[in-house]
Parts: sequence; C-alpha cells; structure tokens
Amino acid sequence: MSPSPHTVGTLPAHRPAACPFDPPAELREARRHGPISRYTHPGGKPGWMITGYDLARSVLADPRFSSRKDLLNVVDFSLPPAPPGEFLLMDEPQHSRYRKPLVGRFTVRRMRMLTERVEQVTAEHLDAMAETGGPVDLVTAFAKPIPTIVICEILGVPYEDRPSFQEQIDAFMGGEVSDEELIAAYTATQEYLARLVAAKRANPTDDVLSELTAGDLTDEELKGISLILLAAGFDTTANMLSLGTYALLRHPEQLAALREDPTLTDGAVEELLRYLSVAKTFHRTALEDVELAGRTIEAGTTVVLSFHTANRDPERFADPDALDIRRTYDGHLAFSHGIHQCLGQQLARLEMRVALRALIDRFPTLRLAVPAEEVALRPETADIFGVKSLPVTWDEDQAVPA
Amino acid sequence: MTPSRVSVDRERCIGAGMCAVTAPEVFDQDPGDGLVILLDTDPTASRERAARTAAGVCPSGAITFREPGTAGS
Ligand code: HEM
Ligand code: SF4
Repeated sequence: MSPSPHTVGTLPAHRPAACPFDPPAELREARRHGPISRYTHPGGKPGWMITGYDLARSVLADPRFSSRKDLLNVVDFSLPPAPPGEFLLMDEPQHSRYRKPLVGRFTVRRMRMLTERVEQVTAEHLDAMAETGGPVDLVTAFAKPIPTIVICEILGVPYEDRPSFQEQIDAFMGGEVSDEELIAAYTATQEYLARLVAAKRANPTDDVLSELTAGDLTDEELKGISLILLAAGFDTTANMLSLGTYALLRHPEQLAALREDPTLTDGAVEELLRYLSVAKTFHRTALEDVELAGRTIEAGTTVVLSFHTANRDPERFADPDALDIRRTYDGHLAFSHGIHQCLGQQLARLEMRVALRALIDRFPTLRLAVPAEEVALRPETADIFGVKSLPVTWDEDQAVPA
Repeated sequence: MTPSRVSVDRERCIGAGMCAVTAPEVFDQDPGDGLVILLDTDPTASRERAARTAAGVCPSGAITFREPGTAGS
C-alpha cells in the first residue's frame, strides 16, 4: 500500500515575498511529496491537488476526467451546466460543436495575417506612452488595451462601442469591484453581446462573429462563444504582458540579453508563459474511479491541477525556478493540454511577441517607477495571476522615436 | 508501396496548431477548418526530429509515428 498522502489544507493564500513569481510555498512543498496530494476545496469538499507535470498532462488528456461545470464537486450546492456556447466547461460532443467552427479562424496562418495590425495597435499605444514622458501605469497604458482592441476587432465590436464595452469587461474581469458592480457589469456585457450577435446576423461584416452566423449556431450560443472568447482571451494576455514586463525588469540580465538579440523573442515568450503560468489552476472531475500515482480518485471527486507548480517540476525542467529565456524545451502547460488546450494560443503568442519586443525596443531605459516591493500583485484568490498596476518610467532622451 | 511513417487523425485533432509551429515542413493547418494536414508523410531525418517533437506536444494525440520494423505489419 502507498503511504498516506500528503495533505494541502485549503487554497494557499500567499506567494513568497522574496519571489512573487514562484508558486505558493504550500504547493511547492506538496510537490516535494509527490505529484498528487489530498486537498480540501474552499467550499469544504474533499479533493486532490496535482502538482507534477507528467501526471497533470496525463489527466488533461484522459477522457475519464470531465470539464463540466455541473459536475464540479467543490461546494455543497450543485452548479448549473455551462450556458450554451461556453465550451471551456463542457465535454464532448458538446465541446466540439463550438470549438470546431472556431478552429479555422484561429490557425497559425490566420494569426500571422494579423501581425501587421497588432504591430500598428502596439505602436499607437507606445506613441501615447512616449507622449506623456512617463511615468505611466503599464497596465492601463499598454497591457490591457492592446489585447482588448485585438479581440474586439476579431469579434467585430464596432469602434464607437469600444470604450464603454471595455469599461464593462474591465469591471467584471478585474475582480476588484463590489458584488453588485460585478453582476451589473456582467449583465451589461451579456446584453451588449446579445445585441452584437443580432446585429451581425442582420448585417454581417468582416469578422469572426459574422462568419459564425452563417453556420447552424443559435444567437444564444453565439453570445456564449463571444463571452468565452473575451473572458479567456483578454485578461490572460493582458496579465502576461504586464507581469511579463515586471518579471523581465526584475531579471535585468535576461532583459539585457533579450534587448541585444531579437532572435530570443519567441523563446522568451515561451519561457515567460511557463515561468509565470498566469492561468494558475484548472479543475477536472473524475467520471469513474481512477487510479493515479497509487491513489484512487473516486468517481465524482474534483481534482485541481496546479499548472504553475507543474510548470516548475524539477523532473521535467532543469533548474525550474530560474527564468531563462534561452531555455530549449518542448512543451509546457501554460495553455493546458488535451481537448481544451487554449484555442487562442497562437493569437496570444503573436500579441506577446510583437508587444513585448516593441516595448523594450522603444524604451531602452524602461524601469520601475516605484521600488520593486511596492508593485501590487493580484491576490492569490484571483483566477488569473498578475499585477494590479505597474508604474514604469524611462529616460526621455533615450527613447527611440517611432 | 511503403506505408507512410507519420500519420495524422483529423478526427482527434483540435486545431491547436502546435504541429504547424513546431514542424512547419511536415504539418500545416487546413485554411478552411483549421485541422491538421500532413505535408510530408515520410520526413527525412532532419525533419523527423521536429516532427517527433510535434507529435509529443500535440494536445490531442492526433499525430502518430510508425516505427521502422513494425511498419505495415
Ligand atoms: C497568454 C494568454 C493566454 C493564456 C495563458 C491562456 C490559457 C488558457 C488555458 C490554460 C486554457 C485551458 C483551460 C483548461 O484546460 O480547462 C485556455 C482555454 C481557452 N482559451 Fe486561452 N489563454 C490565453 C489567451 C487566449 C486568447 C488570446 C484567446 C482568444 C481568442 C483564448 C481563448 C481560449 C478559449 C476559447 C479556450 C477554451 C478552449 C476549449 O475549452 O476548448 N485564450 N486558455
Ligand atoms: S498539434 Fe495536434 S491538435 Fe494541434 S493542429 Fe496539430 S494535430 Fe491538430
């Protein structure tokens, strides 16, 4: 019999102060005991926590584990099924009904065709930053607006609607408003998307949402798809841009190497994805009893996968806690694995490569405008990790003109 | 006819594009449906390395290699 499992109590609440980019100490400790630990969900339900890379990957590829929202066994009341179109929290065959028609719109080639547009949007925001002379909050000046504009264009949100729309999604993704404000913003976004879908059906334009109206998806489903594209695509990328910049600023030798050698850009983006793993954790629920690393996961039990800890697994990555933009490796879990692996990953890569590169080229003296310890991080309870704001500045006479 | 060494299963493919990024000479994504297309069924040694990496990172297990010796059996 296997020795009794290590236990992680509740959700670890704090990251180590010395290195805010590392997973919480409790999870690192758990991994030292093996790839899987006992865990209690915040709602009190017993579950498991997976912190090993290989085990996480095999669970993600295993059809005996479900992504369904209504099967999540974490609180003591039952959750409703995912609304139509929100396929992140569905299993096959429903999942495919929504993912399949989208795949052709997010191919590597399609995303490359967007490169110029992403460059343009980035340049506009860098110009605006340069004009202020600094310091600026990189989150509001750069990290949030670029992915928001890109996803708005993909969805076909008309130009004049963007400011108010952005405010709404900011409120419901930012996580720092009251419950009432959150619900109000969420409802407003839903209503806006419903109107947008109706408008695209009546007058198709050149965007993904209009293209999708040609298929057999209902308006309700299209609204759900739009919401998931926004929810999954915007906050994640925004936080990778801001937290990624912060991580580079705190690793000056890595930043200098990247600045010197543009061919390191793609590798740096992969390494930042792995090292930061802003989409920290996801859930899967066992559909039947499953043996994992000598433990029995009983049918109906929900496991948490710590992508961040798995991406720091020393059995998979040499010196895993070092940020090393020259690292060569095949694969990480920042975009998950299996049938739910991020649909927008090629878009996210494109945005990060273009925007981070342009930022460091434009401002060779970019630096924090406050002491590093004062940079406020999102609480560990936020779904997506990141900085709340990132005050940066630069020497004006050193900025490279556009 | 020698059976091809690499094969893809378009039913399993979820169009994540990892193959097209990792081994662009061997895999592409169909411009219409976004699913994998095999460009080279029998990659040379230099392409094979990348193609094997692609098979390893493919999230849906849609790429398989037939090992020499077991081919066609
Ligand atoms: C750096 C930025 C991003 C990160 C770290 C990220 C991460 C992830 C992860 C980890 C998952 C899988 C969740 C699971 O296994 O249950 C996922 C799914 C998804 N992502 Fe992303 N994502 C990013 C950007 C984007 C963008 C830009 C889009 C926009 C189009 C997008 C759209 C989606 C969608 C639609 C899904 C659901 C896929 C499915 O269930 O089949 N993501 N993402
Ligand atoms: S990596 Fe796998 S899932 Fe992704 S496009 Fe290629 S074959 Fe399909």
